[in-house]
Amino acid sequence: MYAFVDQFLSGLKNTLLVFALSCAFGTLLGLLIAVLRNSTRKSVSSCMRAYTGIIRGVPELLIILLTYFGGTALLSAITGGYIEINAFAAGVAALTVVFSGYAAEIFRGAINAVAPGQREAAAALGLSNAQIWFLIIIPQMIPIALPAFCNLCISLIKDTSLISVVGLTDVMRVAYIGAGSLRAPLPFYLAASAIYLALTSLSLLSFRLLERRYSLPAMKG
Amino acid sequence: MANIVIDRIRKNFGAFQALKDVSLTVNDGEFVSLLGPSGCGKTTLLRIIAGLESESAGDIRIGDRSVAGLQPKDRGLAMVFQNYAVFPHMTVFENVAFGLRMQKADEARVSQQVQKAAALLHIEPYLDRYPNKLSGGQRQRVAVARALAVEPKVLLMDEPLSNLDALLRLEMRTELKTVLQSSGTTTIYVTHDQTEAMGLSDRIAVMHDGEIEQVGDPVDIYNHPATRFVGGFIGNPPMNFIHMPVTGGHVIVGSERFPVPPESGPEIILGLRGEAVALAQASEGFQMRVRVAEPMGSHLLLTGLIENQPVRVILPATEKVASGDVIGLKPDPARISWLAPDSGKAYLAAAA
Repeated sequence: MYAFVDQFLSGLKNTLLVFALSCAFGTLLGLLIAVLRNSTRKSVSSCMRAYTGIIRGVPELLIILLTYFGGTALLSAITGGYIEINAFAAGVAALTVVFSGYAAEIFRGAINAVAPGQREAAAALGLSNAQIWFLIIIPQMIPIALPAFCNLCISLIKDTSLISVVGLTDVMRVAYIGAGSLRAPLPFYLAASAIYLALTSLSLLSFRLLERRYSLPAMKG
Repeated sequence: MANIVIDRIRKNFGAFQALKDVSLTVNDGEFVSLLGPSGCGKTTLLRIIAGLESESAGDIRIGDRSVAGLQPKDRGLAMVFQNYAVFPHMTVFENVAFGLRMQKADEARVSQQVQKAAALLHIEPYLDRYPNKLSGGQRQRVAVARALAVEPKVLLMDEPLSNLDALLRLEMRTELKTVLQSSGTTTIYVTHDQTEAMGLSDRIAVMHDGEIEQVGDPVDIYNHPATRFVGGFIGNPPMNFIHMPVTGGHVIVGSERFPVPPESGPEIILGLRGEAVALAQASEGFQMRVRVAEPMGSHLLLTGLIENQPVRVILPATEKVASGDVIGLKPDPARISWLAPDSGKAYLAAAA
């Protein structure tokens, strides 16, 4: 068991890296989708609605497998030879897509919760569209979106464990290999559980501080 | 400052025509109210002036340039909204300073302008507070201060007092008038409250069904409504309209004969303000059957029938009239309006 400590640390590094990248890219993509979802052009908003509907309707594991095998098939078709997609890249891409689908709906709800008069008041004061978004809407949107967004991030930490199915050496993969090679599943899976629990607990604590830091003055006592 | 020329503005929402070739000129430094019931197009017109809504046809000029198609930020105006729209994530100081900072004003000027606007609207004690710690009246002051701080050429106000209680509304009305007189800002003010419009405005534009029915100073509109709608909308109680037959170019009321405009037909509408009558003998003037007498303290409000048509009149509080009485009322000839029964439009002048 102790021989696997280094591998667990290496797996933890991959888990954290996948989480950080998926969360960052997924947040940006989710925000973009949320903005486009509110577009006055029906074709754009319909496409975004379809995107979030599909992503939230298909299991995460399937999206990971489709990204991995679909990516491999696509690369092979483009190059003419067999090229297997990198498991890390496939994992990050798949979880980014999953995360963005859920984040988009959280952001959309938060954007719609900002009073429409705010946008108009800002426009009347001479702000450009970009300034309205960055100075008025997003600062008011953050505290509204934060609680649900934090829950989504915690789900993402746990969802990183699914990437082990495409061969990425993350915490879950290390536990799986260790359990198989030493024929002692319980200690390895308990160790993996402890690592995920520690990660989610730390995240919860960080998010509490974030919520306190970013809560709207209007929501403070 | 600047004058505003609204030239044949039209606005369609699908097949519905919200504004029908509306034209209006607001002079430099003038306070003009757009007054009318809900859905008459007054807010739509204001939003078009602000650039928050696009016009279907027509032009708007602020100063000497057309602003049609320009973004709100390029029009040199500020706006105060019905729901205040103060930014909840900023302090009062930051709210008032916001427009100036967007104009890249230096901090010394920002501070000076904020203090000036805050002093004008009595919000200096609240500059460090967030909007959620303020009352409705204080938030409204912040919204006005934020608009005035940028020294706009034009100030647009969309029913800014409608969310306040009656007493606070009266207080804010007085304050607004003082503030805007001292700043000399050209102001367009949207309201459905005729008392507000009468008290604040240099001129009032009365709107109905997407059109301006009459533009004039408050007293003129009150005493000489151009249409039946204007007479009925302005005044509390509204103007009374009594259908009368025309006999030999006159309307006969009891023992009195009133000459009517020569272009009138066999019937005419006599428009009469509730206070433009005096109590008389039952045989004199109009005979009114009183249904309800309401002592209002400052006056007596009577509701009843004249010529079987519903009317409301105001008499001095000292008069002794009770429900069920039949009384005589002598109208003041100088304050009678004559209107056409078919179009509801006022005849320009009565016969001599």
